[in-house]
Amino acid sequence: MTAALVLDAGLALLVLVMAVWTVAAGPAFSAVVGFVTFGLLLSLVWVRLAAVDVALTEAAIGSGVTGALLIAASARLRPTESRTAAERPGPVLHVAAGALAVLVSAGLAALVLLPAGSAPTLAPAAAVHLPELDVGNAVTAVLLAYRSLDTLLEKVVLLLALVGVWSLAPDRFWGGAPVLRTDTPPGRELTLLARLLPPVGIVVGIYILWVGAKAPGGAFQGAAILAAMWLLVMIAGLRATPEIGRRRLRLVLVAGPAVFLVVGFAGFALPNGFLSYPEGFAKPLIIVIEVVLTLSIAAILGLLVAGPPEREKRP
Amino acid sequence: MSGATLYGLCSAALVGLGLFGAIVHPQPLRKLLAFNLLGGGVFLQFGVIARRGAAAGMGGDPVPQAMVITGIVVAFSATALAVALLLRLYEVSGSATLSTETPMSSDGKGGGR
Repeated sequence: MTAALVLDAGLALLVLVMAVWTVAAGPAFSAVVGFVTFGLLLSLVWVRLAAVDVALTEAAIGSGVTGALLIAASARLRPTESRTAAERPGPVLHVAAGALAVLVSAGLAALVLLPAGSAPTLAPAAAVHLPELDVGNAVTAVLLAYRSLDTLLEKVVLLLALVGVWSLAPDRFWGGAPVLRTDTPPGRELTLLARLLPPVGIVVGIYILWVGAKAPGGAFQGAAILAAMWLLVMIAGLRATPEIGRRRLRLVLVAGPAVFLVVGFAGFALPNGFLSYPEGFAKPLIIVIEVVLTLSIAAILGLLVAGPPEREKRP
Repeated sequence: MSGATLYGLCSAALVGLGLFGAIVHPQPLRKLLAFNLLGGGVFLQFGVIARRGAAAGMGGDPVPQAMVITGIVVAFSATALAVALLLRLYEVSGSATLSTETPMSSDGKGGGR
């Protein structure tokens, strides 16, 4: 019991140290590296909180894919750093911001420490219908059955973000391909890695998607791994980044939300409302939706990291 | 004191740190990082609430956990959009500042481009 508590205290301390580093580090690149480390430590905290699904998502998306995006951005923005750093606000704002931060933290800490009586929970309600759905993982059941509307809207948010990113492209590059910049030209090590890792990564990604029905895992986590493999191959230059005007690519992007919507509207005709699954078909429908969603999410995540097109469309 | 309480206090500190960084840092990329720390703290607080709601043989309440998964993905899309905006700003203006004053340009890039 006490050993576990010591482990928890150490982990919490490490998380805080990395967070302080992220805020206080000098160069932006160091701060980003600190943030990625913070994310990986945070995913360990999620394991300690018995939320392995969240841990996988945090490690893959919150730390991994976000980290790739921010590292690339910090490298490109390096020339601006010294100038913007000179705009640091005065001591008055520092003190005011510090006071505000302490106040907010103290309020939240008080909420944590106050005896709240019995904590509210929806776990029993979520457990009741699991046998009907034939889904063993309650988190997957919440994501794709009880609260599937949230998941559908989230897919739409991802698509909207991608449209937003693409819309920042200059006119002459519209329909062209994004460019993944690296500090140095890809060396032999990276090429080797990009040949060795993807076969393993793709199998792991598909496994995590499949096992998500009854154990921690699912569409998001699997998709993030697939997206990482795709990015690795593109950064190593083994495959070109896709032109954003291609119809096949766009079909993959909208397939997930589209299938979700079709199943949703079919719910009006067959069972009893939007996004309700007909009896006995819940499990197969959930799997179909998850598979198509995984492909779409993987493509969207990869393209979000790749950014707006920066190369002219090939004739 | 239980592990969940410890992590709850940790999440409270994270929110404060993120808030402080987002206000104080002049560089937009650093504000973005700090904002993501703040978000991580909020998610973690949610995780502590989920852990306290452990019941029905589950280690935690699955509903907040699912919401946090959704939240992490949405936070990523917002971050990607913000990064794209920032890089475009740099491309167009040659600087990456949020300051409304025209920067005192020594290299002639600030202001009227």
